[in-house]
Amino acid sequence: MVRFRIPGFLRTFTAGQAEVAIERAPSTVGDALAALCALHPGVRDRVTDETGKVRPHVNIFVGVENIRWTGGLATPVPEGAEITIVPAVSGG
Amino acid sequence: MVETRHVSVKDGDVLLLVGTMKGAFLFRSNAQRKRWEMAGPYFAGQAVYALAYDGRAGRRRLWAGTGSEHWGPTLSSSDDFGRTWDTPEKTRVRFPEETGAAVKRIWQVRPGRADEPGTLYCGVEPAALFVTRDDGASWSLDRGLYDHPHRPRWLPGGGGLCLHTIVPDPGRRDRMFVAISTAGVYRTDDGGATWRPRNTGVRAEYQPDKYPEFGQCVHKIVQHPARPERLFLQNHWGLYRSDDAGDSWHDIANGVPSDFGFAMEIHPHDPETVYILPIESDAFRCTPEGKLRVYRTRDAGRSWEALTKGLPQKNALETVLRAAMSADPMNPAGIYFGTRNGQLWASANGGASWTAAAQGLPAIVCVKAYRVGEPKGARGGTSAARASTRPRAAKRTRVRGAASAARRRGTKPKARAMKAKKR
Repeated sequence: MVRFRIPGFLRTFTAGQAEVAIERAPSTVGDALAALCALHPGVRDRVTDETGKVRPHVNIFVGVENIRWTGGLATPVPEGAEITIVPAVSGG
Repeated sequence: MVETRHVSVKDGDVLLLVGTMKGAFLFRSNAQRKRWEMAGPYFAGQAVYALAYDGRAGRRRLWAGTGSEHWGPTLSSSDDFGRTWDTPEKTRVRFPEETGAAVKRIWQVRPGRADEPGTLYCGVEPAALFVTRDDGASWSLDRGLYDHPHRPRWLPGGGGLCLHTIVPDPGRRDRMFVAISTAGVYRTDDGGATWRPRNTGVRAEYQPDKYPEFGQCVHKIVQHPARPERLFLQNHWGLYRSDDAGDSWHDIANGVPSDFGFAMEIHPHDPETVYILPIESDAFRCTPEGKLRVYRTRDAGRSWEALTKGLPQKNALETVLRAAMSADPMNPAGIYFGTRNGQLWASANGGASWTAAAQGLPAIVCVKAYRVGEPKGARGGTSAARASTRPRAAKRTRVRGAASAARRRGTKPKARAMKAKKR
């Protein structure tokens, strides 16, 4: 099992849940995200664009590691990991 | 948490939809248009470049093209004047997978002609046109324009490579104009299957070839339904008129302090009357001489006059963007514009005098004016179209906030008439 931590904006699409557990152990962040989006389809287009790329101002962490530096959506996910979706610091 | 206020809107009211860099606002007034009640912010924190009201076929629907810097663009609608907005799980306007493209920003939502009430158009960045024929339930990319051989040579302007203006010809069902920065004006005469550049005579100041076939940075085009062969164009340097549906353009910058600008609007009842808001230059994008002046022609561009009564004429370094000026359909016509400094100005007499409907808003990027209720000719649609329902695959979301509306009185700066500066 892995657990997603959901930021405030996305909770509109997760029935208000701040945490969502994925029971079937995914092997990568991409697999985990697909499982999350199967449960809560509205998450997909907010986290990724139509091409499947993670939006530039959205960060995903496995534990404390940003997946941008660990292989992107191909980053392995260990059993019991906590995956955090965070809006990047940007804008004005 | 910001509190969202709402207003009750009745048929016959005049409605201003105001998009800002940090949310959308709604202003309502009665036909006198002396006081404005403000509602919002909706989509607080998001940039709202595109707003529209669709009153065709008995609807009372708002459309909003919103953009979160984090979570991307979304096209939402409301059938209760902003109290609730639908939140589509799957974004409505999206490029087909094989294009490899992704929508960056929604620049315009444009309801189609009165007699095709299920049709709406949407212009986006990267420059592309989307259309729905089923009242927003499904949208498709106009492949004729997207696959245009010129496309690889279109370049982004300061706001990105955006399709920002859509003008469906009221008389010819298959004809439509679009304006793209930086590509110019393109026209289809076959319902979007093929598109031709229509930029002859429009100067491209920033290119070695000053009059290329395409590549002009057009900022806005307007057309009057009573005279659809005639269009006006505000360019990135240059003010033009076409009397042949864009086949050729002619300079009409006669007596304006600058022919650089973004915003342009046509009078709802007079095809000879057009409003612009000149900006000093592309380097210093503010009103010339610190004077906030709307310029109006009443003879199709042969001459222009400054409209200044009620507008600040000292230290007013303002910028008014391309979608931030609009006219209501009333008589006398209401003219409205919003500035990057968050001022919303209103005239209920065709521009003769102005009052501030609001000040202190976030940077305004979009102003659209409407009269609520059935527009003339809107009943021309089919019964099937009239029976159309809300867009599918959308979840209605309650917008939190007080139900009571707060009335906001505009301030009225000292009026000061100015004569047009002649060049």
